[in-house]
This record gives sequence, structure tokens and C-alpha cells, in this order.
Amino acid sequence: MFILKYILRNLFRHRLRSVLTVVGVAVAVLAYGLLTTLVGLWYSGAEHASDTRLITRNAISLVFPLPISYLERIRGVPGVTTASYGNWFGAYYKEQKNFFANYAIEPRSYLELYPEFILSPKEKNDFLLDRKGCIVGERLARTYGWKVGDLITLKGTIYPGDWEFVLRGIYHGKEKATEERIFLFHWTYLNETMRRSVPRRADQVGYFVVGVKNPGLAPDVALAVDSMFKNSLAETLTETEKAFHMSFVSMTEAIMVAIQIVSYMVIAIIMVVAANTMAMTARERIGEYATLKTLGFKGGHLAGLIFGESVAISFLGGLLGVALTFPAAHWIETELAQYFPYFTVSPKTLLFELLAALSVGVVSGIFPTWRGATIRIADGLKRIG
Amino acid sequence: MAQTTEPIVRIRNLSKSYRRGTQIIPVLSGISFDIARGEFVALMGPSGSGKSTLLNMIAGIDSADEGEIEIGGVEITRLGESDLARWRAVSVGFIFQFYNLIPVLTAFENVELPLLLTHLNRRERREHVEAVLNVVGLADRMDHYPSQLSGGQQQRVAIARAIVTDPEILVADEPTGDLDRASAEEILQLMDRLVHEFGKTVIMVTHDPRAAEKAHLVRHLEKGELSVT
Repeated sequence: MFILKYILRNLFRHRLRSVLTVVGVAVAVLAYGLLTTLVGLWYSGAEHASDTRLITRNAISLVFPLPISYLERIRGVPGVTTASYGNWFGAYYKEQKNFFANYAIEPRSYLELYPEFILSPKEKNDFLLDRKGCIVGERLARTYGWKVGDLITLKGTIYPGDWEFVLRGIYHGKEKATEERIFLFHWTYLNETMRRSVPRRADQVGYFVVGVKNPGLAPDVALAVDSMFKNSLAETLTETEKAFHMSFVSMTEAIMVAIQIVSYMVIAIIMVVAANTMAMTARERIGEYATLKTLGFKGGHLAGLIFGESVAISFLGGLLGVALTFPAAHWIETELAQYFPYFTVSPKTLLFELLAALSVGVVSGIFPTWRGATIRIADGLKRIG
Repeated sequence: MAQTTEPIVRIRNLSKSYRRGTQIIPVLSGISFDIARGEFVALMGPSGSGKSTLLNMIAGIDSADEGEIEIGGVEITRLGESDLARWRAVSVGFIFQFYNLIPVLTAFENVELPLLLTHLNRRERREHVEAVLNVVGLADRMDHYPSQLSGGQQQRVAIARAIVTDPEILVADEPTGDLDRASAEEILQLMDRLVHEFGKTVIMVTHDPRAAEKAHLVRHLEKGELSVT
């Protein structure tokens, strides 16, 4: 009880120093939390991928197309429930900075394979019936203020020109992690335009999405599909949706690893700063510790005092950091929605933030605690006066 | 004068030296003397003569290189660190030149500190603390922090802390060294009262001849050797 009271009083002894240390730990914990969340989100696409969907693409590279004629043959592979297809369209809205994922797809089979995109029956029907129709996710619609019925013009890059669409539906995700910044439109609209303007690019798709009956069949189906097109003009590579996402993520893995290292470095730096503060504090109070020892208090009591103060300061910083994480994440989600449309800090990250703060307290308290607890009384008393 | 001739402190062949780099500096050389129970002894001597070192060793906060110190029948030179801490907590009270009060604790809490190491409950601790604060005349200041007290009052709180566990022996290192004359006189009177009214044995290091006048016996230390006045 006494130790707790003493620790609390000591916390406010040098208010500016304590406040600065607490704020320092809080900022470090906040940075750690946000960076860890960023890294987690980078991988979340893969983590949330369905295990009953396979992606079939050109074996050489994703930039090379596949003939649409493959579709029926893929649908005929045992274990396949349905197959759909799409093309990465790569257009932007008005200005290049307004960039988001946009695909030309075969709507009926695609929506069947992606039940996590939830549309009202009317909107779905309207979309299916309108060849120039499109659907977008709620977040994307909110970003640009789009409403159902709006005429939207995208500027093509891979497929140059102005492309006009009528917004027929706004889907929302079944789960919070479902991507809601996607723009989908009829592949036939793209294909017919290609037939007219660049015929050699017609009847080609960027990828097939293959639905399988159960995840256990995925390896066999993938093998069957790829075997079917072996030694053809366009050999295929079929992999699970997760592996497909991971192939993108792995391209930037070095950056993600660097970000993760930076997040650890931030914690390490604040550890050093906090350790210096605690060492300074303990040094200033050596006389007090010697006095307490003189009165009969033992090294363990002093260790509790110094270590407790170190952990208390860091824990306060951790709590502040965790508290700041929510508004910071909200700000990122709203103000930087274009880059981070979905920025939710997981409970696991919050827990790690607190653990990081505690580890700062523990590590920064070790040396001062040892120093304070083992000081010779006569030496400590000399520091007074 | 001393209440009794029974020695409470027995020191035999006490030696102590410090090492500074490769150099060994002798501080005390084979000192032997007794202090009777209820005696008020002043230790005087020039700076560096070893009087504070001797006081620290009597108080069990510094160790001897050679020799024996027996306090109240306990040979403290044979005690380990942990036993020595326990012994200090109940057997000896300390009065420092700069009071050494904990600034974030009130006068009451400072005096209560040594009692936290005993088995007394909260109510009993309160009774003890209030009693000794009454003895030093600061019962009305128990909720004040050290910074809200004068130097003399802080030293009285320190004395209350030294006597709260009712030790037989009090050691004081320059207890009036940081005080004005009036406050110093109050402190010396209080210490004299502790000897005469409460039968405490006081060993005081001082440079101040006026303070030494209060003692029954003045011992001089010079170059590690002891002489009696």
C-alpha cells in the first residue's frame, strides 16, 4: 500500500518530465499500433480471401490475357461449381489521383461467386439488365458522392478513351473487411467496344474466377485446369484466391517488413529514452533510497518502488496511446480513405500496444532498479546536501 | 550525566580504510571504546578524520575491515545484509544533517515509515506516530509536507522518525549543521530531553563546540585515532 502511494506521489513529482515521458510512450505506442495495423491490412485481402475460389490467369504473367473460349472448358472440370471472368480495367475518375479498383466482369456468375457483395434484388436486376450499368461499393460511392442512376465517366488507361456508365447499384460488404471500393461493370461492354476499335484485343479476359464445391478439391481442380491448357498458346496458372492475393502482397513484402521494423524501432527508441529518464530519476533519488535502506527497507522494497514507477509511467503512456489510436484510425479512415478505405485497429493490436508499453516500462526500469536496490547506503547518503 | 555505566556500545580494534584507485587510505586504525547506556557522546574531529565513518559503522550502514562492534549485546559486524537491515529497523534511530525526509510524504507519513516494517496495524501505527510527534512538538503539523516546514521543524520530524520504533540508541550526524542558532538550540534541547527523559543513548558527530557542550562525553578523532575530552 505504502509502495503504491509512494509510486503515485513520485509520478507527479516532476510533472513536466513525467508528462513528456508519458506522451513519448503514447506517441510511440500509437505509431506502433498504426504501423502494425497498416501491415495487417496489407495482408488482410489475402486473409479474407475465399478458400472455395480459385483464380486462373496466364502462366507467363497477369498482363497477358486468356481467351474467353477457356470458360466452358473450365466449367466442365469436375468439382467446379461455376466460373466467371474479368479484366482489370485500370481507369480513373476525372483525375488520375481518383484511382480505385475497376473491373469488367460477367455480372451474373461473378456476383454468384462473390456473395459477400450484397445488393438489393432490384439493384442487382437493374445492373444485370443494363449493359452500360455498373455497381460500386458503398465506400467508393460515398467518396465521390455517387447515387444510383448517376452517369459516371471513367478515363481509360489500358483501354483508352472516356467510358460512360450508369450507376445501377451500390453494394455493401457482408463483413467489415469486405472491400467496398470496387467498381464493377459488364465485360460485354468492354468486349464489344474492343471488337469495334481494337479487334485483336476482343474476346480476351484477364483472369477466370473458378468456384469449387469445397476447399479440399481446390488443389485437384487447379491441377486439372492447368493440365487442360498445358502446351497451349496461353498456358494457365491456377491458384487459390489467397495465393493470388499473396503474389501481389509478396511484391511489396520488403516494404511491409521495413514498416514492421520501423514500428519495432519506434518502441526501441522510446525504451532508450524512458530508460534514460528513469536512470536520471533514480540517480536524483539515490539519497532517498539510501535513507529508506537506513530505516530498514530492503533492496526488494526499493526495486518495487523504482520498477513500479517505471512500469506505471509506461502503462499510462500505453493507455493514452491506445486511447489515441481510435481517433487516429478514424481520421485515417475518413481523411485518407483513398489510400486506407478500411482502417480498423484490431483488439490484438491494441493488446500488443499495451504489451509494448509495458515492455518499455520493464526494460527501462531494469538498470535504475538494479542501481537503486544495490546502492551502498554510505555512498547514497553522500549524495545528499 | 550518564544514567548507568553499563556499556550499550562495545567497539574493539575497529579498522577501516578506503581504496582510491590503487591507493589505500586508512580512516580508522584499531579503535576500541565503550559507550554506556543512556550516555550522550559527541564525536568531534577535523574533516576526513573518520568520525562519520565510525558513526555509520556503529549504525550498521557501513562495514568494518577489521574489529568488532557490539550494540546492545548484538555483534553487528557479524550480521548479514538482511539481518542488519532488520536490526537497524528496530534498534537504532538516525538523525541526519539534511533531515533526509521524503519530500512527497507528509510529516506523519515520514514518521510512519519505520513502522511499516513492523507488525503494527494502522491504528497502532497512528498512535505511535502521534505520540512521537507530540514529543517533538509537531502534532499540529503532521499533515504538512517537508517543504512546508522550516529546517528546525524538519529536523524535529526526522527525530520523531528516529524514535518512533523506540530504539535504545540514536545516532546523529551533524544534526545542527544545517540550522540557524535558535533552531540548533531547540534540536539540542530535544536530544538532551531524549537522553534524560527517555533514557536514549545518543552518539552525535558534530563540528560545533556548542553542540558538543550538550554531550556528557566528547571524543576526538584525528587521523583515525581516538582521544577523550
